Amino acid sequence: MGKTLFDKVWDAHIVTRIPEGPDVLYIDKHFIHEVTSPQAFDGLRKRGLQVARPHKTLATADHNVPTKDQHLPIREALSRHQVETLTKNCKEFGVELYGLGHPLQGIVHVIGPELGITQPGMTIVCGDSHTSTHGAFGSVAFGIGTSEVEQVLATQCILQNRPKTMRIEINGQLGKGVVAKDIILYIISRISTSGGTGYFVEYAGTAIEGLSMEARMTICNMSIEMGARGGMIAPDETTFQYVKGRPYAPKGEAFERAVAYWKSLRSDPDATYDKVLTFDAADIEPMVTYGTTPGMGIKISQPIPQIEELASASARASIEKSLSYMVLQPGQPLKGKQIDYVFIGSCTNARMEDLRQVAQLVRGKKKAPNVTVWVIPGSKQVEKQAIAEGLDKIFREAGFEFRGPGCSACLGMNEDKIPTGAYCISTSNRNFEGRQGPGARTFLASPLTAAAAAITGRISDIREWVETHSNVSL
Amino acid sequence: MEDVDTDQIIPARFLKATTREGFGDNLFRDWRYRQGDEPNPDFVLNNPAYSGQILVAGKNFGCGSSREHAAWAIYDYGFRVVVSSFFADIFKNNALNNGLLPLTVSEGFLQQLFERIQAQPDTRIEVDLEQQTLRVLDSPLQTTFDINPFKKMCLINGYDNIDYLLSLKAEIEAYEQKAITF
Ligand code: SF4
Repeated sequence: MGKTLFDKVWDAHIVTRIPEGPDVLYIDKHFIHEVTSPQAFDGLRKRGLQVARPHKTLATADHNVPTKDQHLPIREALSRHQVETLTKNCKEFGVELYGLGHPLQGIVHVIGPELGITQPGMTIVCGDSHTSTHGAFGSVAFGIGTSEVEQVLATQCILQNRPKTMRIEINGQLGKGVVAKDIILYIISRISTSGGTGYFVEYAGTAIEGLSMEARMTICNMSIEMGARGGMIAPDETTFQYVKGRPYAPKGEAFERAVAYWKSLRSDPDATYDKVLTFDAADIEPMVTYGTTPGMGIKISQPIPQIEELASASARASIEKSLSYMVLQPGQPLKGKQIDYVFIGSCTNARMEDLRQVAQLVRGKKKAPNVTVWVIPGSKQVEKQAIAEGLDKIFREAGFEFRGPGCSACLGMNEDKIPTGAYCISTSNRNFEGRQGPGARTFLASPLTAAAAAITGRISDIREWVETHSNVSL
Repeated sequence: MEDVDTDQIIPARFLKATTREGFGDNLFRDWRYRQGDEPNPDFVLNNPAYSGQILVAGKNFGCGSSREHAAWAIYDYGFRVVVSSFFADIFKNNALNNGLLPLTVSEGFLQQLFERIQAQPDTRIEVDLEQQTLRVLDSPLQTTFDINPFKKMCLINGYDNIDYLLSLKAEIEAYEQKAITF
C-alpha cells in the first residue's frame, strides 16, 4: 500500500515503537522561546542532565519582547526576567540564541524558514502550537508542551502517538482579493475548531500548488486552529527555490542530493487517508471572524449566522456568549462595522509578502482618523528588508506605526495590548476572549482586508474597495 | 460551554513565571474576576456550592495554545481529573504528562452529568483509573472510559518519560548513524 507524505516523514524518524504505546520519534530541529522553556531547563538541572544535541536546538526571544525601543532593557520586570532567564539557560547549556537585539531575532516560526533551517522531510518541534507553520515545507512539525520540551532537550527524542491522517484538497481558481488567510479561515469555518483534532493534515490540490511559500506557511500555521496536530504541503519546485541559498540550507552538491531526496516526499497515488475533504477555491471569499473562536468566520458578503441555525444547544450557548462578548447581533453584516485598531503582524501574516501587499494597497493614502494601526514585522530580517524596499516610509506616511519585530498584540504579553472594548482587525490567528488584551474584541482577516480597514476605518470588502481606488489592483 | 481555550484557562499575561508553581491563582482569571480583581459571583469556581477535584467541562476543552501552564494551573488549583466529551490534543498530552487525567465521556453522558450537577451541586463522582470507570455516587449514572495503556501505566506508576528515553541511548545513537543527512 502507498504511503502518504506524512507517513514517509514520520516513519523515517521512528527510533523505536512501544507496543500499544507511543512511538519514539527523533527530532531534527527543536526551536525554543522564552515562555515555554524555563521550566524545561530547570528540569534538566534537577536531573543533572545536559542538552543532548545542543546544535539541533535554536532559541529566540519573541513573545515578551517590546516592539519599541528594543535597544533598551525591557521595562516590564517579569518579561525582562523571562528573557534574561532564556539568555542564561542558553549560555549554560550551549544553545544558540538569536535574542533581543540580534540581527536574526524574530518570531520563531518566521526565522526558521527565512534562515533555511526549516527544510523538507524534517521533524520539527517547539513549545508553541503554531509550529505547524513549518509543515509548509513538507516537514512534520508540531507544537509540544514544556514537559516534552524537556524530553527533547534531554534526548533529542519525543514520545508521540501517531496521529491519523487527513487530506484537504482545494481545487480551482481563487477569486480576486482571496489570499491564503481566507483559504484557511474558510476551511476552519467549515470544519470547526475541533474538526482536525487527532489528525495531521496534508493540504493539496491545484489552488494550494499555486501558492507561494509564504502563503503556504499562513495556511499551515493555522492548522492548529482546527485542532489538527499539524499541517503539511508536499515540497515542490517552489519549495526548493525558496530554500536554496538561505544561510542554513545545504550548499552545492549537497543541495542537489537534498533535492533528489525531497522530490520523493509526496503522497503515493494509492496512499490512503483516514479522512479526505475537498473544497472548491471558487467558493472562497475574503473572510472575517465575528466570534471568539477562529471557526466563527463568515464570508465578507454574508451576515453573522442566526443562532437557531446551529445544531446543538451547547454550540448555541457558546455562540451567544461570543456575540455578547463581541457586542454583535445574529444576522448583522460585518461589512461597514467601525473598528478602532488594525494589527498587521504575527507568525501568520508578518512576512515580506504580507507587508508588500499591505504597502501596495496603502501607498499614498492615509489611515482613517479613528484607527490606530500597528505594523509589526515578523523578524529583524523582515524589518530590514521592508526598510530597504521603502515600505516603512509608505506605512509612516499613511499614519501607521511601523515597529520592531515580535509577537506583540497577537497575544498581548508585552505592552502592545488592544484596550478593553476596542475592536481590532488583526492578521493574527486567534480571536479568543482577551487574547489581544483583557476585553479586546478581535476580527481575524487577511492582510488585504486589514489594509482596507486601516484606510476606511471600517471592515470593507477588499474587492469593492479596490474598484473604487483606480490606482490599486489585486 | 464548548471550546474552552487555553487563553481562558490561563491568560497569556500570567505566563511570565519561570517555575511551574502558583498558576492556580490565575486559573480562569478573566472569568473568575471582574475588572479591579473583584470575584465574579456568576462564575462557577466562585460559587461555594461547587467544589472538588473533578472539573466537568464542555466539548473541545483546552483548544488553542500549547502552553502546559494550562495543565499546571488546573492541577495547581487542586483538580486531578477533567471530564469532557472531547479534548484538544496538545492539552490532553500536557495533562497526562502532569498527572492530570483528561477523561473522555460521550456527549450524552456529559449532558446527563451536567444536568445532575446542576440539580445537585453536591454530587459526588468517583473515578477508578485502574478499572477505567467513572461512577456518580448515589445514582445509576456510570460509564467506562478509554485511556492509552501506556499512559495509564505511566499515570499509575508515576513513570517518567525522560528516564525511559534516557534508557534508549544506544537505540538513539544507532538511529543517528543511519539517519538521512546531506
Ligand atoms: S505571533 Fe502569536 S501565534 Fe505566533 S508564535 Fe507569537 S504569540 Fe504565538
